[in-house]
Amino acid sequence: MSVLVVRDLHVTYPPDLPAVRGLDLTVAGGEIVGVVGESGSGKSALALAVLGLLPPGARVRGSVRLRGAELLGRSDAELARVRGRDLAMVFQNPLSALTPAHPVGDQIAETIRLHAGATRRAARTRAVELLDLVGIPDAPRSARAYPHEFSGGMRQRVMIAMAVANDPVAIVADEPTTALDVTVQAQILGLLRAARDATGAAIVLITHDLGVVAEVADRVVVLYAGREAESGPVRDVYRRPRMPYTIGLLGSLPRLDGARRPAPIPGAPPPAGGPPAPCAFRPRCPVGGPACDVAPPEPVLVGVGHRVACADPAATLDPSRVFPPAPAAPPRPPGDRRPPVLRVTGLVRHFPPRRTRPRGRPVRAVDGVTLEVRAGETLGLVGESGCGKTTVLMEILRLDRPQHGRITVLGRDTATLTASHRRALRRDLQVVFQDPLSSLDPRMRVRAILAQPLRTHRVARAAVPGRVAELLDLVGLEPALADRYPGALSSGQRQRVAIARALALEPRLVLLDEPVASLDVSVQAQIMDLLQDLQARLGLAYVFVSHDLAVVRRMADRVAVMYNGRIVEQGAVGAVYGSPAHPYTRALLDAVPVPDPSARDRADGRQRTLRGDPPDPSAPVAGCRFRPRCPAFPALDAATRRRCEREEPPALPVVPGTDQDAACHRVPR
Amino acid sequence: MGSFLLRRLAGHTVLALVAVSLAYLLAAAALHPCEPPAPPPAAASAGACRSAGEPLAGRYRAWATGVLHGDFGRTLDGEPVAGELWRRLWVSARLLLAGTVLGCAGGVLLGVYAAVRRDAAPDRIITAGTFLLLAVPVFVLAVLAQIAAAELDEATGVRVVAWAGEPGGTFGALGRAADGLRHLALPTAVVALSQLAVYCRYQRGVTLDVLGADHVRTARAKGLRRRDALLRHGLRAALVPMTTYFAYTAGLALLTGVFTEQVFGWHGLGEWVVAAIVRGDVNVVAAANCVAAVAVVLAGLASDAARCLLDPRVRTPAP
Repeated sequence: MSVLVVRDLHVTYPPDLPAVRGLDLTVAGGEIVGVVGESGSGKSALALAVLGLLPPGARVRGSVRLRGAELLGRSDAELARVRGRDLAMVFQNPLSALTPAHPVGDQIAETIRLHAGATRRAARTRAVELLDLVGIPDAPRSARAYPHEFSGGMRQRVMIAMAVANDPVAIVADEPTTALDVTVQAQILGLLRAARDATGAAIVLITHDLGVVAEVADRVVVLYAGREAESGPVRDVYRRPRMPYTIGLLGSLPRLDGARRPAPIPGAPPPAGGPPAPCAFRPRCPVGGPACDVAPPEPVLVGVGHRVACADPAATLDPSRVFPPAPAAPPRPPGDRRPPVLRVTGLVRHFPPRRTRPRGRPVRAVDGVTLEVRAGETLGLVGESGCGKTTVLMEILRLDRPQHGRITVLGRDTATLTASHRRALRRDLQVVFQDPLSSLDPRMRVRAILAQPLRTHRVARAAVPGRVAELLDLVGLEPALADRYPGALSSGQRQRVAIARALALEPRLVLLDEPVASLDVSVQAQIMDLLQDLQARLGLAYVFVSHDLAVVRRMADRVAVMYNGRIVEQGAVGAVYGSPAHPYTRALLDAVPVPDPSARDRADGRQRTLRGDPPDPSAPVAGCRFRPRCPAFPALDAATRRRCEREEPPALPVVPGTDQDAACHRVPR
Repeated sequence: MGSFLLRRLAGHTVLALVAVSLAYLLAAAALHPCEPPAPPPAAASAGACRSAGEPLAGRYRAWATGVLHGDFGRTLDGEPVAGELWRRLWVSARLLLAGTVLGCAGGVLLGVYAAVRRDAAPDRIITAGTFLLLAVPVFVLAVLAQIAAAELDEATGVRVVAWAGEPGGTFGALGRAADGLRHLALPTAVVALSQLAVYCRYQRGVTLDVLGADHVRTARAKGLRRRDALLRHGLRAALVPMTTYFAYTAGLALLTGVFTEQVFGWHGLGEWVVAAIVRGDVNVVAAANCVAAVAVVLAGLASDAARCLLDPRVRTPAP
């Protein structure tokens, strides 16, 4: 039975920006429908419209029915009786979605008291039960804690407890796992599934991540520019996508198995409001014909429950022919013949405890890291948030004496550099940050941003304009963009500017801190291609920091896996991804949602997920740091267990003669 | 929470000591009671002039020792400062406390209301009114209030409010209270209005930030109406930055008091300290500064305590 039915929904933001342009959506009880889209596709507007929480000024028309009752056009007071009881929502950012001033137990109890009319005491008791149900340890005590005392994953569990508190008939989850680490994401997805099983609620799961949808959803709706591009059972859509956009989106995803180089969709998703063309995807579509310019395509059935909004579904019968396969990445000579450009040995960086916290312990952000990058090579650095990845980069960038250990950049020990040498060395070492919107000065034109490093390093004044034009061309930007401000560029263009800025002084080593994490999937693939092409042309070496293992698989030659300030495993990507030796690497790889619904049957998701939260770097663990979360530890023999409890495992070759190292007592030597 | 407040108290105390000492040193170095153009009154004790000739460090030591024992020295007229100080402090406190509380509460309420009705007529009217108030200096405001009161009296034919002077009626307890109110009304309104405008602008901005906050949206998704979600989940967060602001406006309030006392003819601390500066009465200036410093420290402590109560993140830092 259809619980939630959306018909011909239109949402327009002021002044006149259509965000959703005629959307149909039907969700049955106990069903999880994934709604996938890139930025500007209207997926968040859909969620807010369903709950009646659109900002003032937004106009909405169409129909949203919950168990047959129309929700649109009802007053705030009437909707308040439905929200939280029949219709619940889980928001994206658990860090800001809970009120900081109230204990979490009271926040859950509030919704129970509002709708069930329970007494304060009964509601509190129920809140504790719910916290226990969603896997919060020591629920009675945790109920009295404030949101800031919880980790991100725990806060999202609280949000889910709040959502299921009144046994809703439908739950809308807007990017519920986007802000979380991959191991925690797997836990939360498992919890959502459990919530569905327990309440029989219809769940709308809104996400940008095709892997997440493949992992938990029954049906999928792909949104593009506020309209449905394709929808159907997850298996059919993933196996036989028929809309060129879906084909491109699935094709541009980096894969953990690294089977092929993905082919990116050209261009960027249209901004909110969309292009005037009848088919919004027309400007980026490789198979479009004259039929596409006549009228907006109506969804047509191409299989059981599988609809596609394409004017020419016949052209996409063979998905592999829509986007021609990209040429393979140019081969590079093996690493050991090239000189190292960066060598880090035993690097330590501890931060003193905050002064406001008496008896605080130092934060051991980086606690003995050793790694090496050779010319023209990419080293991927992966790990969960707070493991010290970015601190390693910042220590390298400082070009100064580290607290302990040694950093050698291009053969020069940073501890011995004089100020002028350090300045000269900065030319060879550049950085690109995650969010170009905040790392580029919003009040400088692109031209000035690119000229600044040249001026700083006293490049001849006359040569600057020519070099700026060259750089724009290098990263594939129109010369006309030089006069724009970063705010007037798309996110992909901004990241290209950030890359061009880093390349202005012809560096030999570029540090990339999550360079594609804030980009849409289709743009992500373009930027990764650009980085690889630049590397091949300019002989750059990269340190590529990312939390996304599939992206690292695609970009890196070698990979280093970091956990709690140390590298637990490193080696060639093929070897580490193919046969991970450390249980943490294994767990990380297992937690990544694979954009292939048939992989769901491989193993039960909940068994593979790692327990617990990422560790607290200010609380040292005796022996192996991973032991408290290690899935292999309980099954070890007593002698090895004792070693795990007492000795910090050294990084040793897994197989003699290869460069795959792992820091684990379990690995046989 | 206790340790946090103790730490803040220690910091504030050091600050107050430095401020008081600097105030005395500045007054003692700059004011010359025995020289023209401010000739001491005939009754000026020879002791004041004699001590003015001593080295600054010695005078400071003697003064500081006295203050630690509750003795603020003597005025140029030879009277003890302390007695007059406490009398005038009570006058000023009566004037400022009611005005500050009213201004603070009124400003916060108006600010929240303006934010909720953003860009609608109430918001525009409140915004125009507060800008007008901000543009008018306190002494002009006070005089305008007096003129308005005079007009009122003329129109009604009865003296509804007293324009000047301190209460001092002798018609029994009820009469005294009524007379007190009559005298308090105008100056309190002036003090309140001058602070209300600032608080209102600030509270409006903070509330606008909170209106769109994720946790207010979550509260609505739980089934609270928009107004309840804002009051129960938004307002508390919006009040946190206001507590810091409260500490900073304490100094401004004292200055407002000086002007208001002058205009309305109240014999409070403000009037006293202005007269003392003109006469070059070092001990009176220093004593008034002591009181001002302690008042600012107390306001700071009150704001810290309020912040502690409102924001659990201050009480229990994240693990």
